Amino acid sequence: MKILVCISHVPDTTSKINFTNGDSEFDTNGVQFVINPNDEFGLTRAIWFQEQQGANVTVINVGGPDTEPTLRKALAIGANEAIRINAKPTDGFFVAKQLAEVIKQGQYDLVICGKESLDYNGGMVPGMIAGLLGYNFINSCIDLKVDGSSAKVIREIDGGKETSSASLPLVIGGQKGLVEEKDLRIPNMRGIMTARTKALTVLEPIDANNNTKAVKFEKPTPKSAVKLVSADNLDELVSLLHNEAKVI
Amino acid sequence: MSLLIYAESAEGKFKKVAFELASYAKKVAESLGTTVTAVTVNASDVSELSKYGVDKVLKVTNDKLATFNAKAFADVIKQAAQKEGARVIVLSSTTDSIYLAPLVAVGLEAGYTSNVVGLPLSTSPFQVKRNAFSNKAFNITEISTDIKVLGLAKNSYGLVESTSTLSTEDFSPSLNDADFNVKVENVEKVTGKVTIADAEVVVSGGRGLKGPENWGLVEELATVLGAATACSKPVSDLGWRPHSEHVGQTGKPVATNLYIAIGISGAIQHIAGINSSKVKVVINSDPEAPFFKVADYGVVGDAFEIVPKLTQKLKEFKAQNS
Ligand SMILES: Cc1cc2nc3c(=O)[nH]c(=O)nc-3n(C[C@H](O)[C@H](O)[C@H](O)COP(=O)(O)OP(=O)(O)OC[C@H]3O[C@@H](n4cnc5c(N)ncnc54)[C@H](O)[C@@H]3O)c2cc1C
Repeated sequence: MKILVCISHVPDTTSKINFTNGDSEFDTNGVQFVINPNDEFGLTRAIWFQEQQGANVTVINVGGPDTEPTLRKALAIGANEAIRINAKPTDGFFVAKQLAEVIKQGQYDLVICGKESLDYNGGMVPGMIAGLLGYNFINSCIDLKVDGSSAKVIREIDGGKETSSASLPLVIGGQKGLVEEKDLRIPNMRGIMTARTKALTVLEPIDANNNTKAVKFEKPTPKSAVKLVSADNLDELVSLLHNEAKVI
Repeated sequence: MSLLIYAESAEGKFKKVAFELASYAKKVAESLGTTVTAVTVNASDVSELSKYGVDKVLKVTNDKLATFNAKAFADVIKQAAQKEGARVIVLSSTTDSIYLAPLVAVGLEAGYTSNVVGLPLSTSPFQVKRNAFSNKAFNITEISTDIKVLGLAKNSYGLVESTSTLSTEDFSPSLNDADFNVKVENVEKVTGKVTIADAEVVVSGGRGLKGPENWGLVEELATVLGAATACSKPVSDLGWRPHSEHVGQTGKPVATNLYIAIGISGAIQHIAGINSSKVKVVINSDPEAPFFKVADYGVVGDAFEIVPKLTQKLKEFKAQNS
């Protein structure tokens, strides 16, 4: 089985979010970048398939040279090879087009994406890849098993979960649950050393539209200070919730 | 022209988000000088939509669509949009709608943006404000394609009534076998409990509650308020509560009217998931807990004393005000 894991390179979850250039660009100054957490669950699941079922795992990112450490990390975790498409990932559709092209050329059986990336939270790339290629698609996956050419998948739904089956090729949007957090891999020394010898191919992008454009960023307006209520005066809290906030 | 919404229903009845979507769409349609068409799938009584400004319903009734299927539902919406010549399609942000939206966008060669939190800032060029960076910032996005798909963030617009005269038309989109390649085998739903997705109020507990045996406190408060229960990440990691209750950047987003956090420190990743809630109440023994910086109301003290008292007070309040 050939697996492609799509990796988004995102600010670490503790990052302070700031903008520059007249609030038109994300300020990367002092920001640590990581593998998008939703993708990390998918990557670990892919490595599991590699170890248990002999799958071949390629990781891919659409991004500039600055994203290579993130791909190297994925290689150190165990991916067999990496691809970087040398373009700025400014629009979900543009990114999906690039990825779909590689998938078509490489005939991947399983494409694992995160259900969304934690920077723009678009949640559009996995579905768009599937739509562009006519592949089966299952989103918000919390469990994935593959037997020959068919997959059994559990996805989260509002207030529960749903089990379904589909044949390969399949695209999934994954999240926590694909593996447990304690099973996430941290690159060890051996992994880091062998990652250096693994192939990281750089491809130039194909022509594709940007359908959307981030014009400007804003930060939420700072809110007024918290109103503290004494623990001995909870009637006041009830009254504030009723009369002032009007939520009860 | 026209503007299309997909009015989601479950077991024949509209979800509340369908009405929020209609309210929002009505306003957008006005600014575009057009009307609102809703497509519905196996909804029994569509007349309710007229209260929120929908002008026309394309009513799909089909047993094959009895359970949700992203590809088939996307195909229905796409064909409805084509039939109506819709230039703007608005979807909600339920798990199902987020799932099908990119398929609709690709099918219509439309630009798509999710997490939209307000009316278009301008319709030419078409610009909307959306949440980004896990609710730590907003991003103004411009959609340049002829057809546009918007995903409206939950509770970001609210319900606005406006009467319209509704016309209804039966609609039978053509579905192909490939639409059903993903086969649903089993659905497990929690019944009889308010879920985070549907709740107006969420009561959430953190590691400060010390152990799963103390969750009765959280549940009793939630029951009085008709709220759903939730938790911080370590609580679900420790197995005190199910993963489905974990809220935050890597868990579920919560955009409720009222969010009550008990014994939760307010780490940046937790706050990212609850930022869009309107009113936040924090109960924490540590006056320096970061959660107090983002809260509207706070009580400093021991949750084990405060929560039972608050539950009692709210019970009395509800008894007097119901
Ligand atoms: C990549 C990544 C992603 C993450 N994603 C998320 C996420 O999505 N959601 C999330 O929640 N976390 C997330 N976290 C974890 C987050 O950083 C915090 O560790 C977590 O939110 C802390 O949970 P807590 O507040 O319940 O526990 P603690 O940090 O242990 O805080 C407990 C709080 O309870 C208070 N307390 C103790 N006793 C009492 C008492 N008797 N009465 C009242 N208050 C009391 C304490 O003062 C303290 O403030 C993530 C972390 C990482 C690294």
